[in-house]
This record gives sequence, structure tokens and C-alpha cells, in this order.
Amino acid sequence: MPTTYYLVLSFVLFLIGTAGVLLRRNALIALMGIELQLNGGNLAMLAFSRELGDLKGHVFAFIIIALAAAEAAVGLAILVALFRGRQTVNLDEATLMKR
Amino acid sequence: MTFNLRLIPLLPFLGAAILMLFGRKWKRDTVLIVAAGAIAGSCLVAFDAFFTALPRAAAGGGLHDVVGTWIAAGSLKVDLAFRMDALSGLLCLIITFIGFLIHLYSSGYMEHDPDYPRFFAYLNLFCGSMLVLVLGDSLPVMFIGWEGVGLCSYLLIGFWYTSNANADAGKKAFITNRIGDLGFLIGMFLLYQYTGSLNIPEITAAAQGGGALMQPLWGATVAFWAALFLFVGATGKSAQLPLYVWLPDAMAGPTPVSALIHAATMVTAGVYMVARMHAVYLLTPGAMAIVAIVGALTALFAAIIGFAQNDFKKVLAYSTISQLGFMFAGVGTGNFDAGVFHLFTHAFFKAGLFLCAGSVMHAMGGSGDITIMGGLRKKVPWTHGVFFVCWLAICGVPFFSGFFSKDSIIGGAFGTEIFDAAINPLAGEHLAWVGKAVGVVLMLAALGTAFYMSRLYFLVFSGSETRASDEIKHHIHESPGAMVGPLVVLAIGAALGGFIGLPGGLLDHPEWNLLADRLRPVLGPEMEISRAMEIGFMVGSVVLALGGIGLAYLFYGGGYREPARKFAAAAPRFVQLVRDKFRIDELYGFLIIRPVKAIAKGIFFVVDRILIDGFLVGGLAWVVDLVGSIARWLQGGDVQRYMAVFAIGVAAIAYLATQPMHTFFSNALKVTVNGLTVDVDAHRGSIAANRVLDYSFDFDDDGKPEVTGVASGAHHVYPQPGTYTVRVKVKDPSWGTSSTLTQKVEVR
Repeated sequence: MPTTYYLVLSFVLFLIGTAGVLLRRNALIALMGIELQLNGGNLAMLAFSRELGDLKGHVFAFIIIALAAAEAAVGLAILVALFRGRQTVNLDEATLMKR
Repeated sequence: MTFNLRLIPLLPFLGAAILMLFGRKWKRDTVLIVAAGAIAGSCLVAFDAFFTALPRAAAGGGLHDVVGTWIAAGSLKVDLAFRMDALSGLLCLIITFIGFLIHLYSSGYMEHDPDYPRFFAYLNLFCGSMLVLVLGDSLPVMFIGWEGVGLCSYLLIGFWYTSNANADAGKKAFITNRIGDLGFLIGMFLLYQYTGSLNIPEITAAAQGGGALMQPLWGATVAFWAALFLFVGATGKSAQLPLYVWLPDAMAGPTPVSALIHAATMVTAGVYMVARMHAVYLLTPGAMAIVAIVGALTALFAAIIGFAQNDFKKVLAYSTISQLGFMFAGVGTGNFDAGVFHLFTHAFFKAGLFLCAGSVMHAMGGSGDITIMGGLRKKVPWTHGVFFVCWLAICGVPFFSGFFSKDSIIGGAFGTEIFDAAINPLAGEHLAWVGKAVGVVLMLAALGTAFYMSRLYFLVFSGSETRASDEIKHHIHESPGAMVGPLVVLAIGAALGGFIGLPGGLLDHPEWNLLADRLRPVLGPEMEISRAMEIGFMVGSVVLALGGIGLAYLFYGGGYREPARKFAAAAPRFVQLVRDKFRIDELYGFLIIRPVKAIAKGIFFVVDRILIDGFLVGGLAWVVDLVGSIARWLQGGDVQRYMAVFAIGVAAIAYLATQPMHTFFSNALKVTVNGLTVDVDAHRGSIAANRVLDYSFDFDDDGKPEVTGVASGAHHVYPQPGTYTVRVKVKDPSWGTSSTLTQKVEVR
């Protein structure tokens, strides 16, 4: 299959993830959107790696997966703390940065 | 001949500066010593200059003192210089001597005023400015003094600034004077333009030469317009028709101020100025006729208003306006030394009258209402005595000072040859009536003067009963010595002052007219009228004076009498009209002040409210507010909004980074034309500098590129001259984006 297909899919994944982050008010869904964005990036890495015959892309993909795991751990911990503090995970109500 | 004339104005200025800086902490006696000492020193210098130095120097243009160059710009050179001749010297003596007396009087009058030092500082400042005015050797220096006395007048009218009426009176004086000052400036500019000098002796010389000032201008001569505009300045400063309205209101100031500034000195500045510039006026009988007519009409008009005023100081204010009218009628008929003579005698008797007014008001607990006075003859004997003398002087009773000076003005008006075309070639036939008409009006005014002054005297001093309440009556007392002393000196001046200007011609001893003798080198020979005429007018004016006094006695002798009541009952509306000063203030308010206010309001609305407030201030605030609200929206604290902005930014950078860049940073191709040969360079922006781009150059815009490749420059030779469009297409092969640049070239 041509590399373009993978790249298109990767872009679509990234867009869906972005839309999730920007539009959903639930923090959990927003975290899932970030996960999708990262995976879109991963797919593009792998597609170029295959196209160019270079394993560096795979290495990057692994690093990103590790990073995504760490991000999920930290993100979920913040989420739990947020819920404890305000009994909600709605992002509209978490506007502490305003002050 | 040089003399240290600068000392004369400098001493009062120093006094004012010292009092303004330190006076507030000092005891009253110290303040008085500094203030009166300054003016006394100045007085001594003036006497020394006038009586010892000046007689030796009279031929050479008097005493002269150059302090330094003030303005030097191209052909214009103005020195800060003073000059004393007989005319300015006489004025100096009046100012410093009467000024000194009034300083002494004020020490009693202002005794309990908390602003004692400020009052004396202003008084000193005034004397200094007035001395600069009379001593100034050039019109600009004179103008410094002219404006300086206006400022001091404003400050002193509004001296008790906590009352709105006083502040308004000060403003009225200042603004009315401003109108006159514009005239003075225009006159000054005209004289400079046509004589090339602002120096008074040089202007006088040019005027006596005639030529420059006799050029036609605006349907008359330069001299006419210059004289007329200068006279506009004089009508403001000297309270003549139509700008007299400020002077009655100026009585809001302390009484010594009314005596010094608004009777004896400042208001005579206009008369002095006309006498100073007499050479210019003599060139233009038309302007002199205007001066004389305005003076005569003012004299009569103000005298009539004086008939019905019930405030002591208001009567004296209108009297001052009227007497200034006499002076202008004098100088306007070419009788300059008579005008100056009346200025001199008036300074004494009017200062005396005003100070008596202050003394009476002091006794009456501050009230100047003459309807509640009466019978004060025995209660304030010294004040009464002084007032009596000054009253006889202003009425023109024989051998008191006003008799001589007023008589010489009236006689001069009838006898003048200025307006006689047969004798004065400059005068037109149509002016022949002016002298006689002015004389008749002045005689009526003299009758009026005797009447209103006698009314004032009888209502205040005669009779046996004071019409005031018991409480006020109980307080009536003679003023302290500091006030009575200067009064007595002024009374002596008012009684004997006339003897410096005896009608020498009549007595076969011309040299007995000391004043005319001294003024002759400055103002030229005094006017001569026939002996029969002179005796006739003398008798006539005595009859008029006694008639006015007799009429007033019938009406007011010993208090309000039957004829006065009958007259008031017979014509109540007329009496009210006169009491309301013919409602001239209301007329000005309607004709001038109201439109000016309307215009100001319009400008305020358009310029201030809309342009400045709305557009500049409000518009700026609106822009800042708009930017702020955008920034506030971005900083809403909502994470997702931050993310959205972030995403938009990334997308924008991604878009820009994939463009060949030309369209963003330079839309212009670099084109060099050399005959038919053209070099084109599609220069790249530095961001895309190391990117490989494909260029295609279409030099004649026919869709078929002549040159293609990776080089950004190309070279083309056109077959024939003409105007062509060069179209360059730039492609970025790695992103597939492209942009097109076009430019017209003209080859010859």
C-alpha cells in the first residue's frame, strides 16, 4: 500500500484527537483525544520509517508510546485530584488559570 | 543725558518681590516699611530727576537710561530703555507721590485685613508697572507697563476673591481691557510698518517729517488708522465709550485701589498715551475729532448716569469716567497741556474724594449706600473738610484746581484751530463744527458734574440727621491718623494744584503757567485764545458750577427735599433707567456676550465634546478596550480555549512554512532595464533561502515561459520597445505550493 494512505489515516486520527481535545468538555475524553493525537503522530513516524527503510522512526514511536503512558498517568492523577477538589471533571469549570 | 531712571520702577518692583517672597511671615509694620519705603525711594529719585537733572537736559530729549537690548531681530531692535521728559516726569511725580500717600492711607484702611502683605505687594507691583508705562522709551516697553497695570488692576479688583462678584468684576475689567489692548497692538504694528521704528522719539520725528505716515491706507492715511487704533487701546484702559463698563464694577476692589488705580493713575494712561503720541495725532484731525467727540460724549453720558447712583463709590466711578472724558476732549482738540493739566489736578481731587469715600465707609461700617448717610459733617470733621475742598475743586469753583484745568479744556475746545480748514491744511471742511460741538457738550457735562457731586456732598454730609439704623449710627467715628494725614495732603493739592497752570496769557505773565512752560519742549506751544473768549468762558463755567451746586441744593440740601421726590415721582421710569446705567451692560450682554457664548458653546460641543472627548480620548479608550476585551477572551482561564489558539497558531505556521515565501515578504520583482535588455531577479526571503525552488519566467505574458530553472534570476532581450508584463511563477516542489509575481516593464 502506498505511504500516502498511512499518512492520510494518521492526519485523520490527529484531527479527530484535536477535535476531541478542543470540543469535549469532559476531561477524560480530552485525555483520550490527546492519546489519539499521539497515535496519529506514531502512525506517521512508522509510515515514513517504512517508506525510507530507516529504523529511527520505530525508535521514535516507542519513545512516544512511553511518553503517552507517562502522560496518561499524570493526566489521570490530575483528573482524580480535580474531581476530589470540585466534584466534577468538566473542563469549563476548571478555570483556575484565570486568576 | 543719562540718568539712573531704572531705579524709579525698580524700587517698587523689588518691594513687591520681597513682600511676595517673605511678607507673609512679617509683622505688619515691617511690611509697611518695605512697601512705603520702596515707593518713597522711588518718589525721591523721581523728584531729583525732575527738579535737578531734567531742567539741565530738557533740550536734548530729556533724561535717558538704556538697561540693555531687549529684542534684536533683523531690522527690529527694541531696547529696554527709559526716558524722562517733562510729560513722563510729571506723571512720575503724580504716581510716586500719590502712590506714597495711598500706601500710608492703606496702612490704616487695611489694618485688619489678613492679606495685608499681599495687598502691599500688589500695590508696589502696580506702581512699578505704571512707572514702566510712563517712562518706557518705546511702544513695546510702554506696553509691558500697560499690561502690567492691567494685571495689577485685575488682581486688586478681585483682591477679596472669596466673593464671586469681586472675581467677576476683575475678569470684566481684564477682558474689556483685552479688547482695547488689541487696538493698541494694531496701532503699534502700523506705526512700525510705516516708520520702521518702535522707538517713541523716532516715531515722533517721523511723524513731524510727515511723509511716511501720510501715505494713503484703507481710504484714509496711515496716521489716521494708527491714531485710531491706539485710541481704541486708550478707550479700554481709560474707560471711555464704548469700553467704559468695567470701571464702575472695578469699585469692588479695596477703596485705596479705587483711588490710586481707578482714579488717579492707571485710567489716565490712555490720556498720557495720546499726549505722548501727539505728533501722530496732529497729522490727522479726523482721528483727533473722534478722540474729542468720544471724550465729550463720555463726559456727559457718565455725568448723567452719576445723577442717579446711590453707591458712594459708584458715583465717584462715573465721575472718574466723566473727568477722563474731559481729558480726552482736551487732548483731542489739540489742547494737550490742558488735558495733562486736568490729569494732574484730577489725580489729587479724585484720589482725595475716593479716600474720603473709604473713610466714610469705614465710619459707616463698610456700607457705601448714600441713601442711609446724611449729617456726617460733624461726625467725621476731617473727612468732611477734605471732601469739601475736593468737591469744590471738581465742580470748578474759582481758584480751586479743577477750575483752572477744566476751564482751559472748555476754552480750548471753542478756540481750537485744529479743525479749521483755513488754518490747518490737514483738516477737511466737514470738521469745522467739531470744536464748538465738543465745547457745548463739555459745558453741559460740567454742569452735570457740579450737580451730581453736590448731590453726593449734600446727601452724605449735610443735614442734621443720619438716615442709618441706630446700630450703625452708634459706630460712626473719624478715621485714624494714618488715613486722615494723606487726606489732608491731597486736599492741599486739590486746593492749590491749579496754580501750576495759571492762565498766563490772560494775566500778561505767560511764564506764570509753570506747567505749560515745562511741557512746551515736549508738547509744543500751548493753545492761545483771545482774552475776551477766555474771560467769557471763565465766567460761564463759574455760572455753570454754581448753577449745578444750587440746583443740587434745591433737590438735596440737607437730605432729600420736596423737588427731588417730586421729580422721582413724575418720571419714575426715567429715573430707574438712569439708575440702571441706561442698561448698557444688558445691551452688551445681549449683543456681544450672548453670541460669543453661543459660539463658544458650539465650539465646545464640536471640538471638545465630539472631537477631543469623543474621538481622541474616547476613541483611544475604545481601541484599548477592544484590544483588552480580545486579550481578556484569550486569557479566559479555559484550557480548551488556549488549546484552540495554540492549534490555530500551529496551522498558520505550517501554512506559511510551506509557501515559497515571495508573496509574503516581497511582492516586487527586482527588474533592471538596460535598453532592450531586461534582468529580472525574483529574490527569495531568507526563511526559504536554502530551499530548492522551480522558477519559470514569462517575459511577455503569453503563457509560454521563456526561461525556466532553479535560478532565481533571468535575462531577456526584447525584440522591440514597448510595455510588457513580466510574470514569474515560483514553485516549491517538496510541498507542491506555488505563487506568481508580476510586474510591468517599459523598454525603449
